[in-house]
Order: sequence, then C-alpha cells, then structure tokens
Amino acid sequence: MTKQKRLSSIIRIIVLTIGAVIMIIPFLWMISTAFKTPTELNVWPPSFIPKSFKLDNFLAVFDAVPFHLYFWNSLRMATISAVAIVFTSLLAGYIFAKFRFVGGAALFAILLATAIVPFEIYMIPLYLQMQKLDMLNNFRGLVAPYLVMSFGIFFMRQNIMQQIPDEMLEAARMEGASEWRIFFRIVAPLCKAPMSALGIFAFIEAWNAFIWPLLVVGDTKLYTMELGLAMFQSAFSIDLTVMSAGSVMSVLPILLVFIFLRKHIIESISMTGSK
Amino acid sequence: MATLAKKRFRLKPHHWFVLLGLTPIIAIYTYLRFIPIVKTFYISLFQWDMVSVDKPFVGLENFVILFQSDPFLTALKNTTIIAFGILIFSVPIALIIAYLLSRGIRFKSWYEAIYFLPYITPMVPVAVTWKWILDSQQGLFNYALSFFGISPKPWLLDPTLAIVSVIMLTVWKTIGYNMIIFTVGLTGISKEYYEAASIDGATGLKAFRYITIPLLKPITVFVSVITLIHGYNVFSQIYVLASDIQGSPGYVVRVLVYDMIENAFRFFNMGYASAEAVILFLIVLVLTGIQMGLAREKNRSGRRMKR
Repeated sequence: MTKQKRLSSIIRIIVLTIGAVIMIIPFLWMISTAFKTPTELNVWPPSFIPKSFKLDNFLAVFDAVPFHLYFWNSLRMATISAVAIVFTSLLAGYIFAKFRFVGGAALFAILLATAIVPFEIYMIPLYLQMQKLDMLNNFRGLVAPYLVMSFGIFFMRQNIMQQIPDEMLEAARMEGASEWRIFFRIVAPLCKAPMSALGIFAFIEAWNAFIWPLLVVGDTKLYTMELGLAMFQSAFSIDLTVMSAGSVMSVLPILLVFIFLRKHIIESISMTGSK
Repeated sequence: MATLAKKRFRLKPHHWFVLLGLTPIIAIYTYLRFIPIVKTFYISLFQWDMVSVDKPFVGLENFVILFQSDPFLTALKNTTIIAFGILIFSVPIALIIAYLLSRGIRFKSWYEAIYFLPYITPMVPVAVTWKWILDSQQGLFNYALSFFGISPKPWLLDPTLAIVSVIMLTVWKTIGYNMIIFTVGLTGISKEYYEAASIDGATGLKAFRYITIPLLKPITVFVSVITLIHGYNVFSQIYVLASDIQGSPGYVVRVLVYDMIENAFRFFNMGYASAEAVILFLIVLVLTGIQMGLAREKNRSGRRMKR
C-alpha cells in the first residue's frame, strides 16, 4: 500500500513537472531570443542558452520605437482604469448592498445581465460614440471603456453584504457620522482585501487590452505596449531578436506584479470565478 | 389621516447619498455599456457606411446576406472549430492538473503559479514568441517534433495547421485559469467522500471517475461555458499569429471578430458588421442559457432531495 502510494506520488510529480516545463518553455524561449544575435537565430539545432547576455537588443528597441511612451501609456491607462473601477465598484456595490430604493433591484439586475456581454459585441457603437465626442485618437477615448466594470460592482456588493453588518453602519449613524464619512472611514477600510483583488484584476485587464487600442489609436505616440508590439511585429524591418526584447519588457511588469502578489492574484481570480 | 398628509416625502441624507453616489456611475455605465449594446441591435437593421447621411432601413436583410456570405460562414466555421478545440483540450487538462495538485505535492503554490502564469501575461508578446516557436524553418516546435520522427510542418502557413496552432496557443494560455477554478471546486469536496469510497475499494482513478467528476459537474459546466465564450471572441492571438506572406494580419485564419472589424473599419459596412455582432451575442446568450439551465436543474434536483 505504501509502496503503491509512493509510486503514485512519483508519477504525480513527474507528470506535473513535465507539464510545468512545457508551460514555461515559451517564456524561456522569449528571454533567450531576446539575448541572441540575428546570426545565432539561424543556428541549428536551436539552443536555449545565448552566447552572451548583452542588453543590446533591449537598447535597440528604444532606438526603433518610442518604447518608453508605450510603457507610459499602458501604465497610466491601467492605473487610471484600476483606480476608477475600484472606486466606482466600491461605491455602487455599497449602495446596492446596503440601501433599498425604488428601482434598485431592477437596476442591479440590468448591470448583472450586461456583465455577460463581451466587449467585442458592442465595440462598434462605442467607437461611433467616441467619434462623435471627438475622443478617437486621444488618451481619454482610450481609457474611457475601462472606467467601469459590471462584474466589479457585483463583486464588491457580495463582499460588503457578507462582511459589513448593518448594525455597524447604524451605530455610526447614531453617532452622527455623515453618509460619506461612513463610506470613506468604515466601508472602504473594511474592504481593503476585495478592493486590492479587484484592482489587480482591473489593472491586468487594462494592461492586456488589445482590440480597443487597435481601433481607436492611430497616433504612434498613444500606442500601448500591446499595440506597439503588435504593430512592431508586422513591420518587417525589425529583427526578431529586438522584437523578443520588446516582448520581454512588456511582460516584465506583469511578471513582477505576479511574483510579488502571486498568492493574492490567484486568490482574487479564484474569487472572481467562484461567484 | 392628518398625520399621514403631514408626512410629505423629503430627501433625507441617505437619499442624497444614494442619488449623488449612484447617478454618475449609472450615467457612465449607461453611456459606455448599455447604449452601445442596444445600439448594436439597432444598427444591425440598417445599411450604413458611417459617412453618408443616407441610412436606409433594411430590416433583417443584413442577416440574410450574412448567411450567404462566404467570408462570414468561413469565419463562423473556423471560430466554432477553435472554440470547441480549445474546450476539449483546455478543460480536461486543467481538471487533471488541478486534481493532481490537490492530491498534495511539495512546492504546490509554485506549480500553481507556473501553470497560471500564461493566463495573466499579455497576449501579444506571447503570441509573438509562439509565432517564432512555430516557425516552419527554424521553429523550436518542429525541432522538438523531429525527435519523434515527425517531419517539419508549416504550422502558420497552412490554414488547417494554423487553426491547430491557434488552439495550441490558447489552450496553453487558458489552462491556468481553468485550473484555478477547478482547484476552488476541489477544495469544496469534503474528504469524507473519498474516505467512504476507499472503504468500498474505490481509490485513485476510480475515486476520480466516480466522485470527483460527478461532484465537479457544475464547475465543469461553468468553466466550459467561459472557455467557449472566450473562444468565440478569439482575436488578438490570430492578429499576431496568422498573418499571411504579405503580412496582412489575421488573414490565414478568418474568425468572427476579425471579419467584424474588417467589415466595420475597412469596408465601412456598419450595419452588416453589427449584424455579425448580434450573431456573436446570440451565441454567447445561448451558451450562458445552457449554463444557467444546467445550474438551475441541479438546484431543483437538490431541493427535491431535501423534500
């Protein structure tokens, strides 16, 4: 029995390790290519270890395109989106969780129903609306669709309903605290965990956005990392090695966030899935 | 009576809070989500090139044309193959990984992290890397296959193989998410079930087959529907992976979102493109309906058992 158990645990380790290696190979390949020279690419059989670890390709990215601008655009877009979504979701989630008012339930049902509609379905009318407001090809138009998230409202409402007792809010009201004070001083601090989970989720969503930037941004100065990289790769003049260096740099911020907040991110994603 | 009449409705502080707090959010929401969704349906009934003032109402004609158009039907077929292709690989593999991890292993959280990593990385850089891995001349994938005696294949140039490539990349990218959801489901299964089963002699594979799979059914349905919905919206990876020799992006494998964007923003057929969006919406709606139906069915049978 114990022998059998040990055998099955060895098989488990082998299977999971092989799987993990397969999962990580594309990342290793990306990093390896980023350090290679164009001639090294043609070496057969391919090797994972580059001859040297010089940063030439990384510097070449900045020569080829205004990569720092792409980075800045992605960073501010993702940050503004995360802050806006966390704030609007917290406020709306709190109101839907703790206040009863005419039409509240219906409003919430509509929010929830539209949460299942993927962005691709309504992006054409959204584009036309942005065009009318003259917000194409500028930063406001780029970030606008990422200011609210129906799922976020639902998520915060669930958390507030479960974690903040009505009595606590009533007690604060008895002591004469204003509604806004209660919201900022009691509700918000108690929701730190779900707020950061939602914030990380929203940040990653905005950072990884592709279709919307592709549609609305024409000016290369407004390119995000994703868009810049996609445009970059269809231009033939650029070496694959430089391209890979750009890829590494665009993955790096997400990778760093992930390494530091690994458990937190996995938890927040599992929270979002197990509604 | 008199007291009632005196109690006239006045806005109290908490009314003001609800009003001031919610109004701007609902306004933004209405403008950015609700109106565009409704408008998609509306525009789909017109023939409109975005520029001209003339915008004739054509009823359902856009839909009739759609189902006679080769590019659309090809896109619908390709997208369906891709969505189900992702489903049949990503969901079972994710379930197996989650199950193996749940049985206990050292460095479990690191394994989880590695499997999960592709899911949160942006699509474009990883697709760029995969494009290079799948390269027909010097690709790592063909090199790896050569050890199994498989001759090099033009993964991204042949339309059928390109679909296989898109499925491979997307499976790799989505396994982590599905695994996490399954992990949540697995932790919800009480150990007692396994203990009871082991008394009856069901361990290992048998326990997996007769306990884990049936108990995970609602989660499996959820994961499958999410995977299919994402599969039907596939776009970025195709934009990068499947460019043809001339470099026009996404041409080798035509998918719904690609066809939609092309019709809207290259040919300026807004009505026609919106009709495609409506079809996509109906697909998502049916999938969600199936999921909710199955979830409700489960609840109902649960309630019956309680009685």
